[in-house]
Amino acid sequence: MSKKDKKYREHWYSGITEAVQMYVPGNKQYHTIAARRARIGTLFILPFIIGFLAFMARPLIISMQMSLSQYTILTGEMKWNNYHNFKYAFTGDPDFNRMIVDEVGRMLINVIATLVLSFVIAVILNQKFKGRILCRIIFFLPVILSSGVLPGIETSSSSYNLIVSMGQSMEEASGVNISAALEDLLSVSGVAGEVFDVIFQMIDAIYDIVMASGIQIIVFLSGLQAISHSLYEAADVEGCSAWEAFWKITFPMVSPLLIVNCTYTIIDFFMKNDNQVIEHINEVMYGVQMDIGVASAESWIYFGIALVFIGVFTLIISRLVKFYE
Amino acid sequence: MKSKTFWEKNRRSEGYLLRRRSKEIAISLIRGLLLFGLCFMIISPMISRISMSLMEEKDLYDSTIVLLPRHVTLDNFRVVAKTTFLPTSMLNSLWISLLVSFCQIIATTLVAYGFARYEFPLKKFWFACVIALIVIPPQTIQSALYRTFTRFDIFGIIKLIKGAPLNLRSSIWPYVMMSLTCMGLKNGLYIYMMRQYFKGVPESLEEAAYVDGCSTLRTFFKIMLPDAMPVISSCFLFGFVWQWTDLFYTRNFLTGYKVYSQQLSTVVDRLANELASTMGASQTIDPGRQLQLISVGVLICCVPLIILYCFTQRTLVESLAMTGSKE
Repeated sequence: MSKKDKKYREHWYSGITEAVQMYVPGNKQYHTIAARRARIGTLFILPFIIGFLAFMARPLIISMQMSLSQYTILTGEMKWNNYHNFKYAFTGDPDFNRMIVDEVGRMLINVIATLVLSFVIAVILNQKFKGRILCRIIFFLPVILSSGVLPGIETSSSSYNLIVSMGQSMEEASGVNISAALEDLLSVSGVAGEVFDVIFQMIDAIYDIVMASGIQIIVFLSGLQAISHSLYEAADVEGCSAWEAFWKITFPMVSPLLIVNCTYTIIDFFMKNDNQVIEHINEVMYGVQMDIGVASAESWIYFGIALVFIGVFTLIISRLVKFYE
Repeated sequence: MKSKTFWEKNRRSEGYLLRRRSKEIAISLIRGLLLFGLCFMIISPMISRISMSLMEEKDLYDSTIVLLPRHVTLDNFRVVAKTTFLPTSMLNSLWISLLVSFCQIIATTLVAYGFARYEFPLKKFWFACVIALIVIPPQTIQSALYRTFTRFDIFGIIKLIKGAPLNLRSSIWPYVMMSLTCMGLKNGLYIYMMRQYFKGVPESLEEAAYVDGCSTLRTFFKIMLPDAMPVISSCFLFGFVWQWTDLFYTRNFLTGYKVYSQQLSTVVDRLANELASTMGASQTIDPGRQLQLISVGVLICCVPLIILYCFTQRTLVESLAMTGSKE
């Protein structure tokens, strides 16, 4: 069955002629088993097709249209105004550019840190030790606790910054803040500043990073569990140390999952509630301005940037990583 | 006795055993420290929330109090419960989350099975659409969906019958429709996960059923579904949890209902308004108090989820680990 079916899967568009032959009665192919199975399969995914066309493709087109036009909510009227909304987003909106740059910077640091951290944690959790199950329970807790409203709610409170800055000044006065003290020490001793700035940013954001890496740990863990044990045994027999085995076996076997995780992390980061760009777009849409045109132009820009980053990361990783079939 | 034999063995192996043993101990010590630190970091906000929620307001500003409150009170819970319309909003959250995740799971299971087992024209294209569904942030189409559902119509049929398109914005129907057609929260991910699982099930099972004269649907329900229960239930759990805490779809589609996550996100503002209207405009809530109220709200939101998670974590983690490995 499969050989015959594979014939028309060379390109996605080569399916169109087959679709006509298989779905339209009266054709020669209509009564073959393959066509029957194809029809059944299409019935199975029919909900998705309908949903995608009605609630994804069409809104996407509408929102593209909106982003290119002046939209008045009360009358529902759309007036074409070229690229004005996009121009406004970049040149007219006081906060948008700055926010985008901020978020992208934060995203880059977060993605790298999340990937490294979740990989390390997955490797550790994959080992056998006492209390492993308890550790797993705790590490996957963030999957639940950092979803939806929960992560941003405390930081979005207007008074949060006040309290945090109060706490920081208290810490600085009493000298409790270790990372700040270390930073001072390093900058005084003249070690390269820029690199350490990034590292200290990571350290300060480690809570957010751990909270955002639940799913990634699960993905890496599943990859680690799929590595057959005989590989390690063979390496051990040949006199390979654990360190070498890690870099020669564990890392290459798991690295294809880096792409999945990387994509997931970027999307997750870009769609979070505590993201200031999302907040800004919401404000433009529902706030005083009520400008849906600009809001959808901005969300398109934002989505475009996310896509570009996913593409770049995927390209880099797939260059670096070997795929084992 | 044992140590003696250990040293004896060590002497015989020319110190190899000691080196290995000390290395093992060092590794497990470092591992323990690292894990303890990270676990503590994950749990500590929860602990501080619990202790904060039990404090009276004056305890918040007492610098000698770190975790254990001096004046224990349940008054905060009462205040938050009152402002978030607690029994109603929680029940609403419950039935909406159940209904929505149930709809989503039915649809995504069927679709995932279709993708895993059948060959049909344009399959690659449709699967690319599933990936697109995962990647496209719903914020992009937010405004367009808003517009679609304020003037809902199916090819102009409703306009023909009723004279005007329907406004579905504050009812639950738009969201149910989206859930039934796999367009809910993160549904692309569920399709992907379940497809991965179904692909791993040997095809000979179904072929045997077909040979014995079992119909397609019956094969699906009697043979595939019972095996897939762990994956389906973990997807269901994810759906439930994410819907429970979701703000995006709630804010856009469920404005007609008092849902807990929505209530939680605005609790402080509404409390401030209430205070201002009853006690006069000058009354505001202190920053510390605001944070305390929010953490009480978060706690109320999390407790059911944590209880649920404790009971189901085994299936959840194991079935996820299973789906990923069949890449």
